[in-house]
Amino acid sequence: MSVEADLDAWTIAEAGRRLRARELSATELTRAALERIGARNAALNAFITVASDDALRAAAAADARLAAGTAAGPLDGIPVAVKDVIATACVRTTAASRILADFVPPYDATVTARLKAAGAIIVGKTNCDEFAMGSSNENSAYGSARNPWDLTRVPGGSSGGSAVAVAAGMALGSLGTDTGGSIRLPASYCGVVGMKPTYGAAAKYLRRRQQLGVHLEADHRLVGGAGAGTPIHGAHDAAPTRGGRRVCHSVAVSYARAVRAAVDTLGGLGARAGSASLPHTEYAVATYYVIATAEASSNLARYDGVRYGSRLAGDSLLDMYCRTRAAGFGPEVKRRIMLGTYALSAGYYDAYYLKAQKVRTLIRRDFARVFEQADVIVTPTAPTTAFRLGEKLADPLQMYLSDIFTISVNLAGLPGIVVPCGVDDAGLPIGLQIVGPPFGEEVVLRTARAYEAATEWHTRRPPRVGAAS
Amino acid sequence: MLDSPVVKITRDEIRHVALLARLALDPAEEEAMTATLDAILTYMEKLAELDTSAVEPTAHILDLPTPWRDDVVTNAPDADRLLANAPARDGDFFRVPKIIE
Repeated sequence: MSVEADLDAWTIAEAGRRLRARELSATELTRAALERIGARNAALNAFITVASDDALRAAAAADARLAAGTAAGPLDGIPVAVKDVIATACVRTTAASRILADFVPPYDATVTARLKAAGAIIVGKTNCDEFAMGSSNENSAYGSARNPWDLTRVPGGSSGGSAVAVAAGMALGSLGTDTGGSIRLPASYCGVVGMKPTYGAAAKYLRRRQQLGVHLEADHRLVGGAGAGTPIHGAHDAAPTRGGRRVCHSVAVSYARAVRAAVDTLGGLGARAGSASLPHTEYAVATYYVIATAEASSNLARYDGVRYGSRLAGDSLLDMYCRTRAAGFGPEVKRRIMLGTYALSAGYYDAYYLKAQKVRTLIRRDFARVFEQADVIVTPTAPTTAFRLGEKLADPLQMYLSDIFTISVNLAGLPGIVVPCGVDDAGLPIGLQIVGPPFGEEVVLRTARAYEAATEWHTRRPPRVGAAS
Repeated sequence: MLDSPVVKITRDEIRHVALLARLALDPAEEEAMTATLDAILTYMEKLAELDTSAVEPTAHILDLPTPWRDDVVTNAPDADRLLANAPARDGDFFRVPKIIE
């Protein structure tokens, strides 16, 4: 006698409890997720590859463990989605790029192997910006994922599909990566929880500084292991100010209002709120795009048409490289390779790359100073709610500035979480960002948990789209 | 350089950087790339506002030691699997265009 899977209401903890109580099987739960993907992916484009056969095989194995009472843990039998920049053995991994259109990894990324060892069922590979480079998901060679709250809007990037999959009930959790806000921004735009751990806290087999994290439906307590109901010690509102003047690009009125209300809520829970100054925040976007593009230019050198990926014929080896890369990479990736190559080239290294690394030190010091007095820093996640598809495509700099509140957190290597904290006048989700000191995941999760326990925003679900399921 | 005047990057520099980056750009791409990079580099000029003469660069964010692991072979030699993604192969080798005339 089975209950029907409720992908909109269940958290990972709830689904796991029902699996272990044998109220339904992992196969039934996985089938429900796959059916939901089948019904909604045409409209949402959250998945580049759906791994139905592998998922059902893994679910059968999970059911065997659950029947034998040897479940691997809280993730055993839980359908999850994995961002398509993360290698999955024998399942196509494109990084949302044309150059890897047919790439089937011969191995699992460390995090994939750990997910599998924990019994999680990988239902598919989620859409994202090409090589995780973007803030809207529009830089995907496979078309942008759509925001489930408004299909004319972006889901945010780069881990857009990962956030959409969770928001639309296509998986109960997902993996993303966050190098400048790529988990947190889509979490804010799609109304789900997104967590980026301290740099180095999650295992990876990815390019340098790229960071793993999760999108969850109000369920981070389980994965993070933090306890519920523990009072927080104090929270400081650090909406960046400098000499009393707001230096960052203005935050939309309704967004700022929701974040202030969230700070009040935390105050009501016992947090002592104050304001703090992070004076170098206004330099974070410039710093990041020097460092990140320099790294990208060197990292993407491996795509040369020799060992894997597509190849275009050329008159010479050099010609083959140039044509292969020109055809295989999209506009934003080319732009970043060019910027990074320029910033690292002879005569410019000191002025750009070395300078950015020094400013990065100043940004780190800003945070260190605040964390001498505060347990967490609370900010808006973005200046606005989800913007319209195409709105910022022609102006890369405006796109980069969407990351203004998330990017300094990466430069400082800190843990951060985004939780839903309101809606704007159009009903689009607003996300509260909570940042902690290095390896301060526990206080970050505890704060988020306390906030969720006092509010209802995380229980909102987007309207159904696509065929009924 | 950050303290140079108005134009940050010229069309000729774009061509040079594209060659360094092994990217074939058509004339329209070159033109668009010149304008976009110029705007972005102008924005990055902000960094020059800060005096960093006494600041150490941050190359890596955490002061964590690099742990050692045992030096053991973990991947079985499996040429077919590793060559399965090769654009062109010849036996157990990657095949590339002729380099030496």
